[in-house]
Amino acid sequence: MSSVFAPSPLLTEPRFAAPDEAYRAIVEAQRGLSEGEAAALNARLVLLLANHIGDIEVLRAALQLANESPKQDSQHLAPPGEAR
Amino acid sequence: MGALNALFQFGYRRSPDQDRRGGAHHPVVIVGAGPVGLTLALDLARRDIPVVLIDDADRIGEGSRAICFAKRTLEIFDRLGLAERMVEKGVTWQKGKVFRGDGLLYEFDLLPEGGHKQPAFINLQQYYVEQYLVEAVAHEPGIDLRWANRLVGIDKRPDGAVLVIETPEGPYRLTADWVVACDGSRSPTRAMLGLDFAGEAFDDQFLIADVKMKAAFPTERWFWFNPPFHDGQSALLHKQPDDIWRIDLQLGRNADAAHEKRPEVVIPRIEQMLGHSGFSLEWVSVYRFQCRRLARFIHDRIIFAGDSAHQVSPFGARGANSGVQDTDNLGWKLALAIKGQAGPNLIPSYELERGQAADENILNSTRSTDFLAPPTAAERVMRDAVLALAAQTGFAKRMVNSGRLSLPTAYLASPLSTPDAETWEGGVVPGAPMLDAPLGEGGWLTRQAATGRPVLLLNGSEPPEGLPKTVDLLCVGRATHPEIHGHLGRRYDLRAGDACLLRPDGHVAARFRQVNGDVVRQALRRMEGFA
Repeated sequence: MSSVFAPSPLLTEPRFAAPDEAYRAIVEAQRGLSEGEAAALNARLVLLLANHIGDIEVLRAALQLANESPKQDSQHLAPPGEAR
Repeated sequence: MGALNALFQFGYRRSPDQDRRGGAHHPVVIVGAGPVGLTLALDLARRDIPVVLIDDADRIGEGSRAICFAKRTLEIFDRLGLAERMVEKGVTWQKGKVFRGDGLLYEFDLLPEGGHKQPAFINLQQYYVEQYLVEAVAHEPGIDLRWANRLVGIDKRPDGAVLVIETPEGPYRLTADWVVACDGSRSPTRAMLGLDFAGEAFDDQFLIADVKMKAAFPTERWFWFNPPFHDGQSALLHKQPDDIWRIDLQLGRNADAAHEKRPEVVIPRIEQMLGHSGFSLEWVSVYRFQCRRLARFIHDRIIFAGDSAHQVSPFGARGANSGVQDTDNLGWKLALAIKGQAGPNLIPSYELERGQAADENILNSTRSTDFLAPPTAAERVMRDAVLALAAQTGFAKRMVNSGRLSLPTAYLASPLSTPDAETWEGGVVPGAPMLDAPLGEGGWLTRQAATGRPVLLLNGSEPPEGLPKTVDLLCVGRATHPEIHGHLGRRYDLRAGDACLLRPDGHVAARFRQVNGDVVRQALRRMEGFA
């Protein structure tokens, strides 16, 4: 596990020369899929990419960041004064 | 629906202890004559420790229950002189197939390398294992096996325990210096001491059935995810002796156990799986699995071993195997403690080492069970993604988990081990279980090192001077043992003059380049719990 003393092993700077193209490729793969089919596709994608990275510390760091993100989203999206 | 042809009935016999005023006293009482209690009793008796072994039943053989006995367990049974009979009767196997739907996902081989006396696994009904153990126990004058003796009270003392035992002729009391509770997952001893058995219970239910039939399937472990004959669930098929086949069928979380156990419900399910009705039912049970352990295995002089201390789901064959391995760890330590030769670390090391093993087994068994029966819809999506990818990719095959089969635990943090002082290229690290190797003329290392005492495995013909007399020597120098250039040398990285100190349970205590008497003496002392 990464500690507070070590930088995260996860690269979060832009890595794609054309980020729009990468994002587009991912969303286009989901077009026309039901929710279940998309979930299955994304699960296969996660597993393939995780194995390609092949580094458990990177995977843990990515999981941690991915877990934190939706909480931030809901903060921004919640109407003022309403319980989250 | 018991397997009546394999049911062994024993008689209750009155013990002189029942007439002794003030109660008898014994160094060790073992509670529970299952595979764990019987093996421990034999181990202790061979070390000249007299044992009273009590069991609340008066028979064995109701259901085959544990069927997979692993290589390390067979090595332990071999030291007790029982493995040959077990291997001869049992079904030897090491290969398995995993299917998805009706397509083969992959095959595995648990022991692809040669040079081991024991096979990776045998399948043998627990009642045969118990029968062979009981027969061996009957030949040990040091073991007093008392059937229909039920523990109903236990008073824990700092230096032992007072036991109240119920019999068909009424209760009696006795005292013991040590009590070992081998009384299973529902351990009455544990309940009487009020100990918490914490862990995880799984929602899914599984039907376990033994059927008798003539079939030409190979002797392999076959596992199906989503089989065509059992909708949306998993299934297992495994061969036992006497044309008995073990079938596990996942039933899901809402199944009605009493209903599912009925022959008129079970038989059509199995007909659908096998495609015919040419079988008879031997034993049926419906289970919901649990993975739990005691926080402490040692409570003053009361020690827990086997399922009473830790419980796992059956996928991986980690129940009976780990229980027998508990006894292998405990026997020599308890014998030294009773003889007054144990250092302060020795008995506590049982809990450290076997607690580590229990955690390892629970971790593996929990992962397998969660893979077979994903507890949430999201987990099922991920599990199914692994199965879908496994057909095309090597990495996903390795993630498919139909049970990670029992392997012995390496006690890497053991206080009994002497850390390496020199550089080794591989070999067997201190704390790890010994690896078998052929020793020429049909001999085997596991067999020749099974003296019940510590053994110094030395690459050389002349032992160095000043070796302690408490260690048995096994000289495997080039002159007498050319196989030091084969499996043996490769597995232990022993050059001429090097040595490996094996504990009485066959785990490595220490290893030395250019061994001498002083380092062996120090390592032995540490192994005995001093230092």
